[in-house]
Amino acid sequence: MRIHSISSIAALLAALALPAQADNYRVPGNTIVNEECGSCHMVFPPQMLHADSWRAMMSDLPNHFGSDASLDEQRRIAITDFLVAHSGGRKTGVTRDAKGKPLLRISETTRFIKKHREISPAVWKRASIKSAANCSACHTRAAAGDYDDDSIRIPK
Amino acid sequence: MRHLLIIATLLLATSAQAETPRDFLTRFEKEAGATSSAERGARFFNSKHGDEWSCASCHTEQPTHTGRHAKTNKAIKPLAPAVNAERFTDTARVDKWFRRNCNDTLNRACSAQEKADVIAWLLTLK
Ligand code: HEC
Ligand code: HEC
Ligand code: HEC
Repeated sequence: MRIHSISSIAALLAALALPAQADNYRVPGNTIVNEECGSCHMVFPPQMLHADSWRAMMSDLPNHFGSDASLDEQRRIAITDFLVAHSGGRKTGVTRDAKGKPLLRISETTRFIKKHREISPAVWKRASIKSAANCSACHTRAAAGDYDDDSIRIPK
Repeated sequence: MRHLLIIATLLLATSAQAETPRDFLTRFEKEAGATSSAERGARFFNSKHGDEWSCASCHTEQPTHTGRHAKTNKAIKPLAPAVNAERFTDTARVDKWFRRNCNDTLNRACSAQEKADVIAWLLTLK
């Protein structure tokens, strides 16, 4: 209980101290998540997917977008708890595909597609970008949770 | 609250198992019941095994250099212990990545012999 109240006070102070833009999508610090979900790509912001999407993804890590990202059960549960606790809930908009399955990619969400509709298919495929999931190729401050226009640079 | 506790326990649990690359070489040679070959390790590392990737696709053919994840483009620190002292020092980490990466490149687990050969080769790189 004590840990809980200290961390809520800290969160409250942080919320008061920061002008709430620039790092809207900062990933709350967590050593295990950074280690396990930041080894093959940047740590994606939990706020950008619905809890159902995180639960679905975390229940099939051996088949993670064509890669084996399998984890021991203790860590799998700890990370699922973290992602669900910080998930975007209903703010993320449509959370399921046409067949009713939770969307697994941030880059498939309607919100993402809308924000990026001006980017042509050829740009996504550039060698310097490779994939829509490579957020930090264009969002130079993505690691700090900052996706604002003034930090975007699309590489050639 | 529950996940804070789990995370605290995990952090304590993972800090206790420092080992050296030689320990892993010995372990896998013992499991294989045979000595290793650095030359065979190099060939294994740099060849495709029926799948899209070789080990070198992400770690480069010169693992003293920084690699790049073949799909996501993320930088990967060198694998060779001579230039990256963190490599082959933690059993859980070594077992986890052999499990995942062998599955992704060979569609099966690596044998103890293959693991011993790869480590033997990596240890020759300066
Ligand atoms: C073994 C490597 C590996 C690990 C470990 C890993 N991932 Fe991934 N992840 C990938 C790959 C490969 C992709 C597909 C990237 C692409 O399509 O460009 C991906 C894609 C994703 C995407 C979709 C990105 C998008 O919007 O298109 C999310 C979300 C994601 N991972 C979350 C996680 C989480 C959470 C963890 C930790 C539990 C994790 N990943 C651990 C390899 C990994
Ligand atoms: C090819 C470069 C590129 C990649 C890769 C990319 N984005 Fe973007 N993103 C942009 C551009 C350009 C905009 C601004 C669009 C506009 O303002 O019209 C944008 C806008 C956004 C916005 C809205 C920001 C705002 O101020 O409203 C968010 C959030 C965002 N991107 C998140 C992501 C995430 C998350 C990823 C990875 C999963 C990603 N982007 C990958 C180029 C990219
Ligand atoms: C698709 C990309 C990819 C391929 C292919 C790949 N690896 Fe890796 N490997 C990684 C990533 C990512 C990590 C973890 C990031 C890090 O430790 O810097 C890693 C880590 C490792 C480690 C962990 C060592 C330690 O102690 O930290 C070993 C061992 C390893 N790889 C061996 C291999 C072998 C052997 C192969 C071929 C059978 C292989 N890898 C193929 C991406 C790859």
